[in-house]
Amino acid sequence: MTFARRTLTVAWKDLLVERRAKESLNALVFFSLLLLFLFQFALGPDRDRLQAVLPGALWLGFLLAGLLALGRAFQVERENDCWEALLLVPGDKSAIYLGKLVGSLVVMLVVEALVLALFTVFFNVDLAAAGAGLVLVVVLGTLGFAAVGTLFSAMTAHVRARELLFPVLLLPVLVPVLLATVEATAGLFRGEPIGAVSRWLGLLAAADVVYVVAGILTFDVILEG
Amino acid sequence: MAGDSLIRVSGLVRVFGATRVLAGVDLEVAPGEAVALLGANGAGKTTLLKILATVLRPTRGTATVGGYDCVREAEAVRGLVGLVAHGAHVYDELTALENLRFWTALAGQRRPPATLADALADVDLERFAHARVRTFSTGMKRRLALARLRLARPRVLLLDEPFTGLDQRARKWLEGALETHKAGGGALLMATHGLARDLTVADRLAVLAAGRVVLDTLRAGLGIDDVQRLYAAHAEEGP
Repeated sequence: MTFARRTLTVAWKDLLVERRAKESLNALVFFSLLLLFLFQFALGPDRDRLQAVLPGALWLGFLLAGLLALGRAFQVERENDCWEALLLVPGDKSAIYLGKLVGSLVVMLVVEALVLALFTVFFNVDLAAAGAGLVLVVVLGTLGFAAVGTLFSAMTAHVRARELLFPVLLLPVLVPVLLATVEATAGLFRGEPIGAVSRWLGLLAAADVVYVVAGILTFDVILEG
Repeated sequence: MAGDSLIRVSGLVRVFGATRVLAGVDLEVAPGEAVALLGANGAGKTTLLKILATVLRPTRGTATVGGYDCVREAEAVRGLVGLVAHGAHVYDELTALENLRFWTALAGQRRPPATLADALADVDLERFAHARVRTFSTGMKRRLALARLRLARPRVLLLDEPFTGLDQRARKWLEGALETHKAGGGALLMATHGLARDLTVADRLAVLAAGRVVLDTLRAGLGIDDVQRLYAAHAEEGP
């Protein structure tokens, strides 16, 4: 069986479990909606103020929702000791990491698409102007977030204080991704062309490569405990 | 003991914190042989099975399966062993069939749908092929785990309380499957508390107490009363 097929098998399983249980999706949508309401009440209708804080508010929403989603990524493997069975399957364990990453990435992108749609309604902003550039920033930013989040979720899956430890470990490592996504999004919201934010996109792409490669190289050790 | 043992454990020690669960276990299982591992709760039966399955690492000593070291050559060992432990290794939100499809696909085994359905029929779960596992009882989950093992066809079976929760039909199927496994040259190490019917498939009995094998004897010729007497005499030995 090829590496890609093993990866897709794990991703298929995770997405099927999520589609049926809807544990992450329901919680994330509700949580995101709550955040949008809070931002709306706090920021009011002042356009200049909105312009300044919207990129940060948007990514704060993505970040908090992502922390919820990724923190749960390996909980499903604890039921009926499936973690043990994953360990015992012969073959390259990094395919399991990539499958979990793809599953988390799809769930996060679905939630983010919904949040973006609601964002335009709540704040009366035209995201179409940011267009393909914004899609690229969201995809690259979410990939980096999910890559390192999946790895740390596995690391903390068996730790008693995992809810506390997971964000404490994750957020410092995510600084390059958060910096690049907020700066690139701010530029695009100001109407700058995609070329003007290319250095931030470059930083995002580089961080993604580093995080995914680190995940592939270290997941075996983490799974073995 | 034959020199070509499939399972060989020598001086195995495993410490959890201040507790020494295994304190120098020596045991061998030959091809075509089934050994029942007996002992009181906490005697270290599950720990020994998990070390052989490469889930746990020993603190000291060596354990090999098929000649491969369980620590240094864990990947090779994983290709030889099948473990049924307390957790059924199944996902509650998937159906029985989807679980089998997932695990066989992940192991790189291409099994046609008819083969998966046959495996479910063997353990009397064919009517529940499309039911989600979260609706299953503990016994049904255990049967599904055994169906998964049947598809994997490992050379060495490591079973922790395999008959627990099984009804008569599933029990009979499992006994037959284990006999077939032995006849095919496979080895079987089975932890159990059952001192009667659970032992019918066993060729040898090994009693663990105080972290060591305190009795290793052939089962042939032993009646239930003999087994109970031997167990009572050895299993409660303190450190």
